[in-house]
This record gives sequence, structure tokens and C-alpha cells, in this order.
Amino acid sequence: MIKKYRFLIARRFTQISLMILYTIANVYGIKILMGNLNSSLVLETIPLSDPYAVSQMLFAGAVLSLDVIIGALIITLFYMIIGGRAFCSWVCPVNIITDFANYLRRKLGFNQIQKKQPASRNIRYWVIALSFIISFFMGVTAFELISPVSMVQRGIIFGLGFGWATIVIIFLFDLFVLKNGWCGHICPLGGFYSLIGRFSLIRVHHNAQKCTACMKCKEICPENQVLHMVTKTSMPVLSGECTNCGRCVEVCEDDALNFSIKNLKKEKENEVR
Amino acid sequence: MSIEQNQPISERRKFFLTIARATGLAILGGLTWSAYVDEVKATSLILRPPAALDEEDFLATCIKCGLCVEACPFDTLKLARPGDNKPLGTPFFEPRKIPCHMCVDIPCVPICPTDALNIRLVQNTNKELDINRAQMGVAVIDDNSCIAFWGIQCDACYRACPLLGKAITIEYSKNDRTGKHAFLKPIVHPDVCTGCGLCEKACVTEKAAIFVLPRKVALGKVGDYYVRGWDKQDEQRVQNATSETNKTQINKKSAIDSLNSGMEDLLK
Repeated sequence: MIKKYRFLIARRFTQISLMILYTIANVYGIKILMGNLNSSLVLETIPLSDPYAVSQMLFAGAVLSLDVIIGALIITLFYMIIGGRAFCSWVCPVNIITDFANYLRRKLGFNQIQKKQPASRNIRYWVIALSFIISFFMGVTAFELISPVSMVQRGIIFGLGFGWATIVIIFLFDLFVLKNGWCGHICPLGGFYSLIGRFSLIRVHHNAQKCTACMKCKEICPENQVLHMVTKTSMPVLSGECTNCGRCVEVCEDDALNFSIKNLKKEKENEVR
Repeated sequence: MSIEQNQPISERRKFFLTIARATGLAILGGLTWSAYVDEVKATSLILRPPAALDEEDFLATCIKCGLCVEACPFDTLKLARPGDNKPLGTPFFEPRKIPCHMCVDIPCVPICPTDALNIRLVQNTNKELDINRAQMGVAVIDDNSCIAFWGIQCDACYRACPLLGKAITIEYSKNDRTGKHAFLKPIVHPDVCTGCGLCEKACVTEKAAIFVLPRKVALGKVGDYYVRGWDKQDEQRVQNATSETNKTQINKKSAIDSLNSGMEDLLK
């Protein structure tokens, strides 16, 4: 039973414990992880910064300090080489809200009455472009002023204010308007990490020989376009839009999907041939 | 969709329509977004932590991480939340609630990862931290509601000021109403005042009669036309100024005509 939810439990654990670490740093002064997801300080020494926020600052005409450059580089390299788009499903607290909306959609059958999704998943890349243009002309970090992701995570750490309304908006939007609406279509931060995480090493690999075409993985995947190869070819999920959430691995009863490191797998395949 | 089924449109037309739709939506989104950003940016009545850059640069540079808020030992600094009607996630303080206590080690400034709080702005020439150089705002007195200006003895703000006797001084003058007493009027000196707001917190009136405003809001600017000629330092300001002389051509005749016109009745 637990095996069916192992990644989900691990993800909720990292998401919640990161928020707890940030919050105790603010409330009790236990300085393990200070700041928030925009920029943090680990053990009062290592800076971490959100590369998307930093690039908006660049467009807004800010003079970047060494600390944010180093911080943004660390984060960029981590997701670029190792994590892929793991930020979205392992760190971001909004994921908990949208996953819950998606769960209700499946359980209550909203997916049956609204099969076609009317919006393109490329909206997020347009939003990135727009945010840079607006940042440039208005001289502010444009997305950071409206970002529900920032509102939610900052709200958890520093006090919510009217941020609860943001949570409700995202929840209702994902439940009634668009399946995977926020995280899978609009959020430019997710789009940014999709672009960065394109070439990362940790990937879900599909084994078409074992697949029985039950389609459970496609049903549960929040970015199911990345699983286009399922039942057809044995290959890793190469799209950067995969959040490495591992839900497909969990629901697969035929062991046809598994996490693996990209290049190692390639070598193995070569050996078999 | 139905049009497509009835009479298929060409690939070329489809391509142009898609592009037009995407562009239109981008413009729609972009304008709405910009309008919101512009509204938020316009909030001028906000007090920033010490050593903050000019509001315009500050908004471009602040990454909204809240490290300054966490560093503040008095919980003075807050991050703007939805509903505060201030640029989201940026740090600010409200002196009447919790003023800045002007820590000598200024913990909120060096921790800033982006230098939106720029340590150079609170360093003296020897690179030592000096909180007295902070310019968070400036205290302003509404002398109509200040009871010291009524003649009641109160020096709460003067006593609360961390730069006592420099940022706020007491001016004595005769109270003609009683003929026996003196007014002890507080006077703020904007060139020394840091805008910490301890005076605003200390003020005894129901709504503070002395309060801190952002310097950009509360202070005027003389410009280059007026110079204190008796002040050697002030004269430096115009040393490199270029002079430009304008001469407007005035027709003397029309002036004289104007004086003499309308006199026909008198000349009769």
C-alpha cells in the first residue's frame, strides 16, 4: 500500500518540511533555512535564489549582487543537471492545492463531463515572455508582484493576509475551469523550470515490453503529454515539462515505468543490443 | 470547430488566425497586467527599511525574500501581504505600530542578498556602520493637533527621539494667552531626522500629531535657481551650471497702444 504512494508521501514530506523550516526561521529564529522560495540563506551561509525572479530583476534594470548571482546559479545548476522540473512537485506548496483539485476532479468525475481542455499548455511560455517585457518597460519584477506561488509560500511563512483568497482562486480554477490549469498551463515559474530542466539526468523511463496499456499513468499524470511514448516505444520521458512527481511510477502495476538516470540507461540498452 | 467541419479552411489561413489570436491574447494579458503593476507601483506612502534604494530602484531590485524581516529583532519590518495595498512581498514598517529602533549593528541591511538595502548608504567614510545616516523618512508635525503648540507641556516626541536635541529641538516662545507661560514647541530638522518613527510611536494624541512620511512625499526641492550665496558649500552646486539667456521680443508699440486705448470717452 505504502509502495503505491511512496513518491507522493516523500514529496509531501519535502514540501511541508521546507515550509516548516522557513517558518521556524521566521517565527522562532531557528536559522536552518531563512528567507523564502524567492531567495534563501541556508545555515546563514549558502545563498539560494529563484533564477526566474533574478532574470526578471535583470530585465527590470537592477544591478545584480554577487549573492543573488551565486544563489541563482546554484539553483539553476541543480535543476539543470539533477532535478529537472522537480521544483514544481517536490518544493512548491501550490502543488498541494492543485493536486487536491485534480484528485477531486478524478473522484467526482469532472473529467468525464469536460473531456476537452480548451487551452494550450504553451501559455506558460507566453507568460514568461510577457513578464520579461513588462519587467523591462515598468522597471519592476512583473510576475513577482502578481505571483500566486509567491503569495502562497510567503503567506505560509510570513502571514497570509488575503492570500487565502489566492488559494481559493487557484483551487476553483483547477477544479472547475481547466484541468491542471495553473501548474500545467499558466504558471511561468513552472515553464521556466521546464526550460531549465530539459536536459536533467533523473528521468522516468518507459519499458514498452512490460506495458499492458492500462493507461493509468496517463490518467494520473498532470502533464500527460510527456507520456506520449507509453505503449509505443521504450524510452525515457524527455520533455522538460515532466515534473518528476513519480505518480506514473506509483500507479503502474506492470513495472513499465521507473526512475532512472538518463545516460546509464542508454548504456544498458546498448549492451542488450 | 463547426466551421472547420462544414468548409475546411486552408492551412495558411489557419496559421494566420492562430498567430492573430495568440498576439491578441498576449496584448490583452499584457495590458491588464501592466495596468495592475502601474497601480501598485504608484503607492507612494510606504516606509522602507534603512538603507533602501530609491523606491524605483528598490522595486526592481528587491527579491521579496523577507530576510530583512527575519533579521529585525523588534518585528518592525513586515512583508506586504495581499490586502495591504502595497507592492506585494516588499518590506515596510508602520511606526505607530512598531517603529524602527535604530540598532547600531543594523541587522536588516547586510543580510539583504540583492543589495536593495545597500549597506553603503549607512556607512560613514571609515566604512563603519552608522544608523544615523539612514533616511527612511522624515517626521512631520501637524501643529494644529500637537498639544505642545496649544501651550500644554508635552515633550514626548523630543524625549523619544534617538537623536535627541539634533533631529528634534524644542523652541521656546512666549504664551501670550496666559502671559505667564512658555510654549515648548518641537521642531523637526529634516537633514538629521532618519524617519525611525519613535516620535510617532511616543506621541500622546489619539492619532499621532507627529508622523513619518517618505522623504520624497514630505520634502520640497529648491532646484538650481536659488543658491545660498553666503554658503560656500551651497555655491558648489552651481559651479558647473550652464547659463542660458532668453530674450522675449516685446513690441513696445502694442504696450503703449494698450495704455492709450479705451480713452476716447475722456478725450471728448
